[in-house]
Amino acid sequence: MSLLEIDNLSLTIGDTQILKDMELSVAPGEVMGLVGESGSGKSMTALTVMRLLPHAARATGRLTFDGIDILAATEDQMCALRGDDIGMVFQEPMTALNPVKTIGEQVAEGIRWHTKATRAAAEERARKMLDRVGLPQAKFPMSRYPHELSGGQRQRVVIAIACALKPKLLIADEPTTALDVVLQAQILDLLRDLVAESRMGLLLISHDLAVVTEMADRITILRRGEVMEAGDTARTLSEQLHPYTRQLAQASMHVPARARTHDASQSKPLLQVESVTRDYPGRRTSLFKRAASIRAVDNVSLSMQPGQSVALVGRSGCGKSTLARMILALDKPSSGTIRFRGEAVTGKSEAELKPARRDMQVVFQDPYGSFDPRQKVEKLVAEPLHVLDKKPTRAERREMVAHALHEVGLDQRDMDKYPHEFSGGQRQRLSIARAIITRPKLVVADEPVSALDVSIRAQILDLFAELNQKLGIAYLFITHDLTVARAITDEVLVMHDGRIVERGKTSEVLDHPQSEAARALVAAAPDLHRAIARRMQEQG
Amino acid sequence: MTLHIDIPEETLSGILAKAFRNTAFVTGFVITVLILAMAVISYVWTPYDVTKLVIADKTQGPSLAHWFGTDHFGRDILSMIMVGARNSIAVALVAVGIGMGVGVPLGAFAAARGGLVDEALMRVNDLVFAFPALLSAIMITAIFGPGAVNAIIAIGIFNIPVFARVARAGALAIWPREFILAARAAGKSSTQISIEHVLPNIATLLLVQGTIQFALGILAEAGLSYLGLGAQPPMPSWGRMLFDAQTRMVVAPWMAIFPGMAIVITVLGLNLLGDGIADILDPRSRRQR
Repeated sequence: MSLLEIDNLSLTIGDTQILKDMELSVAPGEVMGLVGESGSGKSMTALTVMRLLPHAARATGRLTFDGIDILAATEDQMCALRGDDIGMVFQEPMTALNPVKTIGEQVAEGIRWHTKATRAAAEERARKMLDRVGLPQAKFPMSRYPHELSGGQRQRVVIAIACALKPKLLIADEPTTALDVVLQAQILDLLRDLVAESRMGLLLISHDLAVVTEMADRITILRRGEVMEAGDTARTLSEQLHPYTRQLAQASMHVPARARTHDASQSKPLLQVESVTRDYPGRRTSLFKRAASIRAVDNVSLSMQPGQSVALVGRSGCGKSTLARMILALDKPSSGTIRFRGEAVTGKSEAELKPARRDMQVVFQDPYGSFDPRQKVEKLVAEPLHVLDKKPTRAERREMVAHALHEVGLDQRDMDKYPHEFSGGQRQRLSIARAIITRPKLVVADEPVSALDVSIRAQILDLFAELNQKLGIAYLFITHDLTVARAITDEVLVMHDGRIVERGKTSEVLDHPQSEAARALVAAAPDLHRAIARRMQEQG
Repeated sequence: MTLHIDIPEETLSGILAKAFRNTAFVTGFVITVLILAMAVISYVWTPYDVTKLVIADKTQGPSLAHWFGTDHFGRDILSMIMVGARNSIAVALVAVGIGMGVGVPLGAFAAARGGLVDEALMRVNDLVFAFPALLSAIMITAIFGPGAVNAIIAIGIFNIPVFARVARAGALAIWPREFILAARAAGKSSTQISIEHVLPNIATLLLVQGTIQFALGILAEAGLSYLGLGAQPPMPSWGRMLFDAQTRMVVAPWMAIFPGMAIVITVLGLNLLGDGIADILDPRSRRQR
């Protein structure tokens, strides 16, 4: 018998149809993968099961959990279920924990509430649970606060809270999206073990086909609130009978066509980073003493040719973003020099930097955060024009913005809109339009596609490749996603603990990693081909 | 108020529709408009001349001729409230203007610079903030003499730290955002970024604080006038009217009730307006609807 059974479920919020005739079931001990792009209704499905929907939502159909009709259950019944029989793991470990409570309190809270255990007994159980998720007493006492933990450790606490009462069903909504690949692999391993140990059902929600393929026994593919295809993971993905399944699978393995890969040894270097180090002062421990300073970037040297596309890969916290900021002259190195077109950018005033700024632009990760919500596109995209020697007139400016929008595949009428009127992918196009409007020689892109859906990601990667060919822009891609590095770069630099530990041609480094850090990254990176092959093998 | 909030045009109609569903906003808005209208009308017309004393009509109760009664000099209380509104609003408005005009740039500057400059500015701010506002206003008017102008300056000075704090707190939340980084990468100076990106994003915060300070300004003005440190006779003001009513409470209660009511209703209206604006512009309530 199924643990969770969803039949004919429809959900509307206000006048918008969110889910339509949704069907899904999870058996005890089974991992069900729910895949879809943003807005497909994945998270809303999870919230319906938890009955945590917004007030305006109306759900019809049949939804039973362990024989209980969820849609008809009273709020008291639901309170008893939530956290006890159904646990939930959220995407963002930063916001899913209460910053003013210790991790011990937060894990014990649910135990005390549901089992009416004494404080001491609940803490005892919480301690065991934290041990189980890999936060042992010796290193992580229960009195730690969330901000004292790293992202992966926080996600472990969230999992501990969700699993503390051995729920029958665990819902994990994009549990690893906010983490780097190595942490992702660890967290997925942990979830897999927990499921096997206590025969929990796991509803794993993700936009990442590779992750789901590695984890799930069965898979449900959702698009705009409708189930496109459902069934055994390996068969569904190897046969790819449904066109949308095929589309998703292809998009997640997409490699843009790049006619001319760059020859590294031709002209004089565009960018030279010479033994750059960046220290951050340690926290003040008393009025006169400081903790030892933290070295974010340690003696890094690199050089880039014009038109070359280089990936800087590494786990989160390895110093890659700090390095990027220093290259963009947004942060000053503690020692070392950065030369752009042969001229040092370090130690120059903002006015002296103007010519360099013109030829050096940036694309950020978050397509939502990188635009001022209160300004129109025209002004936002034109922002870098500010560094031109001759200020363009308003007409000229509009002309240039229109041209840039055209180049990234947007309509020139879009310039009178506000950023909130665009989708995530369109905003990332805007970001790129803003970066290329001054015709730069170098664009630094900090995780430019990791916040995007796979199909949108494929389009944006194509756009990057096309602009590289057409305008000869050199890219420095900062990413933890090796598929992106593989798709679009000629050379790879692997960074670990502030140092560059390996460098070389992209294909060589990724196929035959030499350093330990690179090997760890490659091993942890989810790969759809590999995952499907392994699934097929397991089933014989 | 001459505050400009930069709301995306496309959602403006949506925001207006929402505003009219918000009871607090509508009530506050209607009250505020009525009070403002009263003040404006008083320039061209009042039922009676407030500077003319008609001793024969003194301390009369409310009647058809004098709706709110007359005071101990026979002046019409309705007319005095109308003219007094002018005074109260002018003082509060200019005081808020001073507070914003100095406080907001100060707070934004402190947030933009950070470090020692920020630290020093905010500690000075704390110092000003630590004085009880009314007490210090009394001090200032005691030194420079009573009068509307000194009252304005006194109340205005104590609005500065309030706005500086709100602006700084708001700006600090905006600065780490990625679009600020993008602007810096485009080579903009911190002054330019503050003006172009930070201020528009904290405008709603400031607007809400503005209505609250405006209400407090009216109260402070009434308090100062009550103590005889505000507008000087024969110019009527709400606080002054209360002061005059004090000794005649039993004989002529209307002399206290109507100006008191005027103050209460105005402050209530402005607070409702501020609450309403805060609700409407709160992105959380905007998303859920």
